Amino acid sequence: MKHRQPDDLSCEGRSRPSFFALNNSILTSNTSTSHEIHATPPGDLAIWFFIFAELLAFGIFFVAYAFARAHNVELFNESQQHLNRASGAINTLVLITSSYFMVRAVAAIKQGFSHECARWIAAAIGMGGIFLVIKLFEFHAKFSAGISLSTNTFYMFYLSLTIFHFMHVILGMVILSAVMLKAKGGGYSVENHTGVETGASYWHMVDLLWIILFPLVYVIH
Amino acid sequence: MQYQSQAVAKPYFIAAIGLFVGQILFGLIMGYQYVVGDFLFPAIPFNVARMVHTNLLIVWILFGFMGAAYYLIPEETETELFSPKLALLMFWVFLIAGALTIVGYLTVPYATLAKMTGNDILATMGREFLEQPLPTKVGIVIVALAFLFNISMTVLKGRKTSIALVLLLGLWGLAIFFLFSFYNPSNLVLDKYFWWWTVHLWVEGVWELILGAMLAFVLIKITGVDREVIEKWLYIIIAMTLITGIIGTGHHYFWIGTPSYWQWFGSVFSALEPIPFFMMTVFAFNMVNRRRREHPNKAATLWALGTGVMSFLGAGVWGFLHTLAPVNFYTHGTQITAAHGHMAFYGAYVMVNLTMISYAMPMLRGRSANSGPAQVMEMWSFWLMTVSIVFITLFLTAAGILQIWLQRMGTAPLGFMAAQDQIMLFYWMRELAGFVFLLGLVLYVWSFFCKKGEAQTA
Repeated sequence: MKHRQPDDLSCEGRSRPSFFALNNSILTSNTSTSHEIHATPPGDLAIWFFIFAELLAFGIFFVAYAFARAHNVELFNESQQHLNRASGAINTLVLITSSYFMVRAVAAIKQGFSHECARWIAAAIGMGGIFLVIKLFEFHAKFSAGISLSTNTFYMFYLSLTIFHFMHVILGMVILSAVMLKAKGGGYSVENHTGVETGASYWHMVDLLWIILFPLVYVIH
Repeated sequence: MQYQSQAVAKPYFIAAIGLFVGQILFGLIMGYQYVVGDFLFPAIPFNVARMVHTNLLIVWILFGFMGAAYYLIPEETETELFSPKLALLMFWVFLIAGALTIVGYLTVPYATLAKMTGNDILATMGREFLEQPLPTKVGIVIVALAFLFNISMTVLKGRKTSIALVLLLGLWGLAIFFLFSFYNPSNLVLDKYFWWWTVHLWVEGVWELILGAMLAFVLIKITGVDREVIEKWLYIIIAMTLITGIIGTGHHYFWIGTPSYWQWFGSVFSALEPIPFFMMTVFAFNMVNRRRREHPNKAATLWALGTGVMSFLGAGVWGFLHTLAPVNFYTHGTQITAAHGHMAFYGAYVMVNLTMISYAMPMLRGRSANSGPAQVMEMWSFWLMTVSIVFITLFLTAAGILQIWLQRMGTAPLGFMAAQDQIMLFYWMRELAGFVFLLGLVLYVWSFFCKKGEAQTA
C-alpha cells in the first residue's frame, strides 16, 4: 500500500493554494516525522469545519438532554420504555456496517480501483437507505400513537434528535452519491482521492452521532 | 471601473448615504425624546420618529445592496449589465416611492395614511419595520423583481462565480421573504410568527449571504488572495449561517404563544449563530494578512476589517447575550434588545455597505483610491462612528440591565415608566454618543469632497 508522502498532504494531494495559514504550520512541523501520521485530517479541510460545527450542535443538544433529564428523571425513564430499542439496535449495526463499507471504499481507491470503490460506496448508501426505512417505521408507530414534539420534554428530545439525525443521514447519502458518481466515472485516483475521504469523513460522523444518540436516548436510564 | 454599466451603482450609493444621514438625524430626535418626552410634539411624535429612523435604515441598506450588486455583478460575471437603463429607472422609482412614504409618515397621521393608501383592501400596515403603506410595499416588490431580473440575466449571460451566485441567492431570498409582509393573519400568534419570516430571515439569514458575498468581493480586490481560497471560506460561512440562522428563528418564538419546544430549538441553534460571524472576522483578518498586493485604498481595508469585528461583536456577542430562553425570559423587549440592534445593524449591514462604497466610489469616480488626506478623513469617520456606536451599545446595555433589575426582578418590581425614570442618565449619555456618531458621519460625507492631495490613478 502506498504511503502518503509529505508532498501530498496539502488539500487535494497536489499543489494548490493551501486553505489556511494554520494548515501550513502544522504541515511543516510534522512532515519530516513519519509515514502514517496525517499532518492534516483526511479529506478536504473544509468538511472538518462542518463536522466540528455539527458535532457542536449535537453536543449542545446532548448536554441539554442531560440537563432536562436530570430535572425530570421519572418522566424520562417512563417515556423511554416506549421506544423501540430493537429497531434502534438494528440501526446501530446497519450504520456501523455502512461505515465499514466506506472504509473499504477508501482502501479500494488508494489502490486505484475506481469501480470497486464505487461499488463499496453504493453498498454504504444502500445501508443508509435501510436505516431510513427502519427509522420511518419507528416514526410511523410513534406518530400513529399520537406522539408529537409537544407530548412531553422527553419526546421533544427524542423526536428532534432523531429527526435531525435522520436528515443528516439523507445529506450524507447525497454527498456519498456525488462521490460515487465521480468514482464511477474514474474521477479519483491513487494520488488524488480527497473527495472519497471527504465523503467518508462526513459519513463516519453521521455514524458516530448515532452511536452516541442510541444509548443516550434509547438505553441509558 | 472595468465595465461602463457599473456606473449605475453611483446614484444608488449616493442615495444610500443621503438616507443614512436622514436616519441618524431622526435617531437623534428620538434619542432626545427619550429624555425630553414632548420634544417636537405634536409635529413629530416618538412613534413617527422611530418609524422613520428604522424605515430609512432598511431602505438605505437596500439601496446599498442594490448599488453593490450593480457594481459587483458586471465585474464578477465579466459582462456588461443586462440593462443599465432599467437599473436607472428603478433607482428613481425606488427613491420617489421611498421619499413619498417618508413624507406620508411625517405629514399625515398614520391611521389617515392607512385609510388613504388602501389598507382596508389588504391590511398590511401597523407592524414594526413593515409599516409601509400598501402601494409602497407593492412598489418594493416591483423594484425588487426588476432588479433581480436585471441581475439574474447578467449572471446568466456571464461568468458564474461563487460570489455572484451567493449574492444572487441572498438577493432572491430577500425578495421572497419580503412577500410575508403581505400576509397578515388576524391571529396575533400567527401574525408574529410569520412577521419574523421577513424580519429574522432577512437579517439573520439571507442578508448574511449578501454581506458575505460583498465582503468576499472587496477582499479579493484589495488583498489579491486567490479566488479559490476566498470562495471556500465564503461557502463555509454561508453554510454555517443557514444551518444556525434558519432554525435560530426559534429564539423569537419563546414567548409569543408558540409551542414550548421552540425554547429548546431557538436556544440551541441561535447560540451557534455567532460562529459564522466569528468566521467572518477570522476570514477578513486572515485574507488581509496574506495579501499579495498593497492596495492604495487603505480606508476600504479598514472598513472590511471593521465589518468582521463589529458584526461579530454586535450580532454575535450581543445577540448571544440574550438568546438563551432562560435569559431572554427577563431581557425580552428591554433596552438589551435595543443595544444589540444598534451594534448588529451598524457592525454588519451599515459597515459592509460602507466597505463597498469606500472601495467602489473612487473607482466610479475614475481613480483606484482617494487621496491620502481624503482617506485619513474617512478613517477618522470610521473611528468616530465605530467608537460612538460601541458607547451607544454599552450605555443601552447598562440601561437594559438596570431596567431588568428594577422592573422585572426583586420582590417589589417598579412599573415601566418608573423604571425608565431611573435610567435617564444612560439615555443622556447615549444621546451624547449619538452626536459623536453624527460628527463621524458628517466627516464621512465631507471626505468625498476633500480636494487636498492627489488621488491615485487606476
